[in-house]
Amino acid sequence: MSPALRRVWGLVYRHLALYRRSPPRVIELMYWPILQMVVWGFITAYLAGVQNNVASVGAGILLGGVLLWEAALRSQMGFSISFLEEIWSRNLGHIFVSPLRPHELVAGLMVMSVLRAAIGVVPAMLLAWLLYAFNILTMGPALVGFFAALIMMGWAVALGVTSLILRYGAGAEALAWSVLFGITPFAAVFYPVSVLPPWLQPVALALPAAHVFEGMRAALVEQRFAAGHMAAAFALNALWLAAMYWLFMRQFQSARVRGALLNIGE
Amino acid sequence: MAPALLVEGLRKRYRDDAPFAVDGLNFSLPRGQTWGLLGGNGAGKTTTIAMLLGLLVPTEGRITALGHDMATDRFAALSQMNFSSPYIALPHRLSVAENLRIYAHLYNVPKASQRIAELAESLQLTDFIDRPAGELSAGQKTRVALAKALINRPALLLLDEPTASLDPDTGDWVRSWLERYQAQSGCAILLASHNMAEVERLCGHVLMLKQGQVVDRGAPAELIARFGRDDLEQVFLDIARGTVAA
Repeated sequence: MSPALRRVWGLVYRHLALYRRSPPRVIELMYWPILQMVVWGFITAYLAGVQNNVASVGAGILLGGVLLWEAALRSQMGFSISFLEEIWSRNLGHIFVSPLRPHELVAGLMVMSVLRAAIGVVPAMLLAWLLYAFNILTMGPALVGFFAALIMMGWAVALGVTSLILRYGAGAEALAWSVLFGITPFAAVFYPVSVLPPWLQPVALALPAAHVFEGMRAALVEQRFAAGHMAAAFALNALWLAAMYWLFMRQFQSARVRGALLNIGE
Repeated sequence: MAPALLVEGLRKRYRDDAPFAVDGLNFSLPRGQTWGLLGGNGAGKTTTIAMLLGLLVPTEGRITALGHDMATDRFAALSQMNFSSPYIALPHRLSVAENLRIYAHLYNVPKASQRIAELAESLQLTDFIDRPAGELSAGQKTRVALAKALINRPALLLLDEPTASLDPDTGDWVRSWLERYQAQSGCAILLASHNMAEVERLCGHVLMLKQGQVVDRGAPAELIARFGRDDLEQVFLDIARGTVAA
């Protein structure tokens, strides 16, 4: 293993060891995705009773939206909260005086975000299948692309959140839980972009998530692969990730100048 | 061979309108020696150590650690350095062994298990190696922090108050251990401490800081003789209170 990979693994090992010793943390990872799935499952069951001719399509769109959006939420939180764990344990000083490079720190947090997202979303997917006979795998191979694009979007948002934590310290912690919820109305999770007012549609289309969910609806309703939306989602992710990584590096350097790394948890 | 640390014209202020926390530091710590960094609260010790570790960017000046410029090549230096402070914790839910393994990975230590076993035996960690770090006594935590600081066999070790909050017996054990380790390994140590007896015992040279500047320096015995005092604590008090012009 190369020294760089070993350093990334060191950071991942640190978090895996933490989860091994802290079952409540693992339960918390699964709790919200499962709760969301149960609530939205009952809503779709109710709607199916009212409008049974469109029930199956509606249920698929709602439950598919819930599951895919949870992947973005868990990815963002997995990254941000793994960074916050270092602050809460007052370990950040040791991390930053080790040979771990900032991009390796980011890579380690990305690995943790994928693991946390998988632990959160896979049980919810199984539950959707068991309770509501909704099998998300019917979307086909495009599903892998949808999940990947949303996880990448979660990383971009998390890099922005982490930058704000580096800038404003513990006062910005709450953003780790809340920021992506604020994007939900513009992400076209449960309705098409065309529902939004015309002036808001460009905002939605600047988000990778809107393209993912347009693609999901195309797969579920029309059984077709919307290649344009998939390409747009990944292209936008590349832009957002580059911009947010630049912001993170800028705030990291600024924190080194201001001395914020010495008392970031206070 | 380049010195362990070469500090030239080091200055730091946190805001443009603030006074300099460190103001014109110059020193060269040779390899294989232990030096002390002394000063009262607010003298600039923490700021200096943070700059030496790359946690803080100097406003002016240059730091060269083990031949590497900390402004442009700090990761090459950091892989051969390490640091211990009671004020920076290790993840307390993780066991001692897990904590040491993390840092063995971060510092790319070959044969990590063997190195951890060596340190566990040498620093007497074996009895609690599988216990969570947060459940240890102050003395045990200090030994674990030292093990973490030595995991990569550093050529330069920065120690911030290594015996703070330890009882006299445990503090003496740690000091004896550091003396032996330094003699065997030949690493350079920069020690920041408020314990003057400790500094007198461990350090061959002392930098006295006040308001961010080195106000005096020399071997402990030289300083004691120059100030006409009985021990380094009295010298420290003279300098801190300004009762003797340094």
